[in-house]
This record gives sequence, C-alpha cells and structure tokens, in this order.
Amino acid sequence: MTVQAIDKKSEAETAFAGAFEAMKGKGAPALRQASWEFFTRKGLPTRRVEAWHYTDLRASLRTVAPLGAPGAITLPPTTLGRVRLVVADGAFRPDLSDVASLPAGVELSSLADVLAKEDASVLTALGLPENAGADAVIALNAALMQDGVVLRIAPATEVAETIEILLLSSGGEACSSFTRSLVIVGDGAKAKIVETSLALSPSGAQENHVLAFAIGAGAEVEHIADIGPQSESAIRLFSLLITAQAKAAFKSLGFVEGGGLVRRQIFARLAGEEASVSLDGISLLGGKDHADTTLVVEHAAAHCQSRERFRSVLDGQSTGVFQGKVVVRPGAQKTDGSMQSRALLLSENATMNNKPELEIFADDVVCGHGATCGRLDADQLFYLVARGLPKHEAEALLIEGFAGEIVEALGEEAVRDIYFERIRSWLGKRGGAK
Amino acid sequence: MIEIKNLHVSIGERKILDGLNLTVKDGEVAAIMGPNGTGKSTLSYVISGREGYDVTEGEVLLDGENILGLEPHERAAKGVFLAFQYPVEIPGVATMTFLKAAVNAQRRSRGEEELQTPDFMKLIREASTKLGINMDMLKRALNVGFSGGEKKRMDILQMSLLQPKFGILDETDSGLDIDALRIVSEGVNALRSPNRGFLVITHYQRLLDYIKPDTVHVMAKGKIQKTGGPELALELEKSGYRDYVGEAA
Ligand SMILES: Nc1ncnc2c1ncn2[C@@H]1O[C@H](COP(=O)(O)OP(=O)(O)OP(=O)(O)O)[C@@H](O)[C@H]1O
Ligand SMILES: [Mg+2]
Repeated sequence: MTVQAIDKKSEAETAFAGAFEAMKGKGAPALRQASWEFFTRKGLPTRRVEAWHYTDLRASLRTVAPLGAPGAITLPPTTLGRVRLVVADGAFRPDLSDVASLPAGVELSSLADVLAKEDASVLTALGLPENAGADAVIALNAALMQDGVVLRIAPATEVAETIEILLLSSGGEACSSFTRSLVIVGDGAKAKIVETSLALSPSGAQENHVLAFAIGAGAEVEHIADIGPQSESAIRLFSLLITAQAKAAFKSLGFVEGGGLVRRQIFARLAGEEASVSLDGISLLGGKDHADTTLVVEHAAAHCQSRERFRSVLDGQSTGVFQGKVVVRPGAQKTDGSMQSRALLLSENATMNNKPELEIFADDVVCGHGATCGRLDADQLFYLVARGLPKHEAEALLIEGFAGEIVEALGEEAVRDIYFERIRSWLGKRGGAK
Repeated sequence: MIEIKNLHVSIGERKILDGLNLTVKDGEVAAIMGPNGTGKSTLSYVISGREGYDVTEGEVLLDGENILGLEPHERAAKGVFLAFQYPVEIPGVATMTFLKAAVNAQRRSRGEEELQTPDFMKLIREASTKLGINMDMLKRALNVGFSGGEKKRMDILQMSLLQPKFGILDETDSGLDIDALRIVSEGVNALRSPNRGFLVITHYQRLLDYIKPDTVHVMAKGKIQKTGGPELALELEKSGYRDYVGEAA
C-alpha cells in the first residue's frame, strides 16, 4: 500500500481531461469547474466507495471513447404515439424530435441552449442536489455535460401525452456521451415521462446520463426508465434525481434488459410533507451482463411514503446488484417506507448482491425492508409440468409471473402489454434453464 | 389401464415403496387407504413423474407402455393427472393463463390443434359452473390466497378440462366443507367413464360414500397389504390399521 498507488490516475481518468478541455467553454463554467475538481479529487469509483461496492467502475472503464457527435440517423417508429425527444450520441436532435407536437403547457429547451444563455433559474436546479453531491459519476457528468432536454411543465397542467426522452446510441464506432436532462414540474401538474436507452446497433458506448425531476407541490409524475439491450462492452450509467415537494407523487418503473455494464442510481428526496415515491424495477440479465441499481430515498419531511419493489432475473454469468437505502431525517415523523428486492437465479454462475438498508433518525416511523434470492421453486415447477407444460414453458411461465407482478402495477394496459411482451421475448431468447 | 408392477422406490437412503403391485382397469375407481407416511403420496408422485425419487425396480404401465422413462409433461399428455394433496400457490401467473397454457400444451403434445380463446372460454365456463367456481377467481394468480377447499376445487376443474385417461386424487376430500365435498365428488363422478380409471387416496369413508369405489386397497409399509371391495373401507373405519402395520410399524 503506497500513497502513490491511490493518487495515481488511471488511463481513463487522465483521458477525461481531454473531454473537459473540449467542454469547459460550453456554458456554466463555475459548475463545470467545481464538478471537475471534485471528480479529479475523487477519481472513478472503486469497490472502496460504499455506494459502488459491487461495481468497480474504475476497473471496468479502462479507456475512454471519444465524445459522440451528431450524425445521420434513421429512427425506429414511435411507441404508442408518444411525443419523442431525441438525444443521440450526446446531442439533442430537434430535427428528429416531435418538437411541433409538444403539448400545451410544456416548454422545451435544449440543455446546450440553457447553458449557453446561463439561465440562472435552470442552472440552480441543474446543480448537484444535496443527497447526490458525493457521487463522482454525477460530478463527472456536470463537468462534461454535452446536451439534454429541459422541460418545464406549467403549474396545474395535466399533460395527457407521454413524453419520451430517447437516449439513442447510433452504434458503429464506440463513443462516450454525457447528457443531462431536467424536468421541472409545476405545482399541481401531471406528467408522464419515459426515458429510453436504445442502441440502434450494438457498440461499446460509454454513456453517462443524468435525469433530474423537480416536482412541485401536489404534482404527479409517472416515469419509466427503459434500458434496452446493448453490447457486452458497453458501459451505461444512469442517475435519476428526484426532489418531491409537499403532496407530490413520483411513480417509476425501471426496466433493465441487460447489455454490458448498467448502473442505475436513484437519489430521491421527499422534501415536503405527504410526498410519495414509488420506485419499481425489473432487471432481466443474461450472458455477462452486470446491472446495478443503487438508490437512496431520503425522507426529509414528515408524513411521506416510499415504496421500492425490485425484481431481478439472472441467467448465464450475469451479476445483479441492488443497494437500497432509506434515510429518515430527524423530524420526518410518520414516515411510511418499505423496500423489497427479490432475485431469481436461473443459472449456477449468476450472482446477486442484495443490500437493503434503513437509516432512521426519527422515532415515529414504520419502515421495513426485505431481500430474497432464490431459484425457481421445484414444487411450482412440478405443478406446471404435471399439467402438461414442457419444462422450458413451465419455467418461462414462472419467470414471467415473477417479473410480471411488477408490470401489473403499471396503470395503462397498452404499456403493460409492451413490457409483458418484452419479458416474453427475453424468455424466448434464453431458451431452457441450465 | 394402469399396471404398477413390483415398484421399489427410495428417497435417498430410505426405502418408501417396497415391491408395490396394483392394477387399475379402465372404468375402475380404486381407493387406497393407509396410515400416514406409508408412501401414498410418494406413489402418486412417482406415477406422475416427479424428480427426487429413485425407482430401483419395477414398472408403471399405462395401457401397456412403461411410462417411467417419460417426462412429467409427456405423461400428462398421455393422460396421467394428479390432483395434489397440497396444490401449490403460483404468484404472478393468472389462473386463466395457466389453464389455457396447460390445455394447449397437452393438445400440442398429442398433435391436436390448439383451442382458440372463444372455444376455450366456453369450455371453461361450463366446467367452472359445474364446480361452483366463480369466473372472477380465474383472473387471480393460481391458487394464491385461495382457501384450502378452493384449491382442491381448482384441481378438479383442471381435471375436467384436461380429461385424463387416469386420474389420481390425493386426499382431495381434505379441507372440503360438506357442500364442497358433494360438488367435487359430483365433478369426479361426471368424469367416470368406461375408458378412464381413477385412483382415489383418502383417509375417510365419507368421500367413498360419494365416489363409490370398485376396489379398495390397504397400503402399509410400502406395499398393498389387502385388496377388497367397498366393504373393506367400512371395515377399516371400525378396526383401523392395526392388522396391517404389525410390530415393525
Ligand atoms: N423428500 C423427502 N425426503 C425424505 N423423506 C420423504 C420425502 N418425501 C416423503 N418422505 C417420507 O416418505 C414417507 C412417505 O411419505 P408420503 O407423503 O408418501 O406418505 P403418505 O402415505 O402420503 O402420508 P399421508 O397420509 O400423511 O399423506 C414419509 O415417511 C415421508 O416423511
Ligand atoms: Mg399423502
């Protein structure tokens, strides 16, 4: 153990300096500079950083791919008539987005524009929220952010259309991208936001995305993070930041379909009384996939509710991580929190790391958590095969049931159908259990 | 017809079935009675193909074909059906989805066309009505939160949809209230036919008042100890198993 060994920059850490040089003149110099300094002090997270204990990013990210640049893209058709905003290889693409059909009461700017104009009202919201401030990956994102979308939803607006932020990787030559998007939801407004990570063709893309929600009092947000398949060599980091004011409600599903290294980190802050968050997740992993969901829900006000339900299905040599922490601040009385993570291991070589935690500094709270990790149940399997289902079909039905319980909680039938279909097609690709 | 010949079965080191012989002809209802832990459920699992049992000797013939080498789903397609002593709960799988999957899997195995939804719905509506099962229940996850009696009814519903060649009822009467016992028994009786056999495992004469057996077999110490007619069950009610378990029990 030498001091030099710790201080020494990895090749990747050094390479980011080049990207910072390229980005530092592109708005928000103070935020970028402070974030860059913070990142260089901290370095890429390793297992020694508790929140990154099961995902050694420093070891995985050896070389840095060049920053992405806009190119020609052929888009897939839209889903369920959603209003689509395309951020491709790090750049917001108004030319590819449904800018003209934005619903009334929704104002859109590109992050690049906001940064160039030094729009103070947005810049503050873009800064690091208190409970995510110590994360080096978010700091790196703030230092290098290229583009993204900023959506402002006027108070009391009920937006019927679902707005999709499509984070697109065009594929081909691997590139890195740093996007930051912000959704400011006015008091009493309602919005549905889908964040989709889609690779047009697989590549070793290195993506660092931040999506922040500032949710006004009494506002309601439904969110889906849809992280589709990618190459085994891809590294995708998604930070979801939520601040919910009094009586605000945030309801989210994260659907992760493997693809190299995926890290989702969620920092949710219940800032006003009677706010609620519900964070659900499904991960379907196979091959060498590594998917980490690490979340912190902070109850900073009284009478708030939080629910987390995560299900992981692991096949092949995949690794799943769930780390969840519910923090109840002093004074956050009558907190109602519950967190559950369940994993289904389909292969001998798959691994799940489950770590739910509670940190409670108030005395009048109801909080619970649970984590399980198991294989398909032999009694259940026999029941199904004894009724005539071939083994692989019986397994598929049980796995679909396991993950499907989370899909059932989605409000819209058409959306439920999409995810049931995704689960089935994933199951179709995997074949029988080994 | 099912013929079980000299069946020896162990679980690990422990011998459970010890040279069991039993024949159930088409059209016959055979009842098996015997003390707890004798191996009645083991027998039903071995016939239907559950893993974890070592069959060290013997065979199980369905219409002359040894089925011991077949996968459970293949046996099911050939017409073996087990109504479980303890039907399991399967969260996340809607009962209706499961029933349709089971019916169609068996049809596929037999090279028949799959049933389309309207035909399937018609079939299921009829069968459910007969068994007093509310269609709303079929939207729920399979057996999850069902009462003991509801689970047993659900198994019989499956039997009437799947129309097996040979049905095994493992203590189907346990947990049923008086009315349910009658309804379920009527469901079974409706399925009795000259080309279908049943093995009814029970501890009580009560069930046999409804489902009248052709033969009654006393099982103890891993084999059939005595075979007789319906009167044998009545005799057992009075005298218990002391004549069959002996000192070694
Ligand atoms: N998986 C197992 N491992 C070890 N022993 C087992 C296993 N399954 C069953 N046994 C034992 O085998 C014996 C026979 O069990 P079985 O369930 O077949 O009895 P049974 O006749 O159906 O009893 P009951 O009337 O109580 O239902 C019992 O002693 C039981 O403990
Ligand atoms: Mg038994």
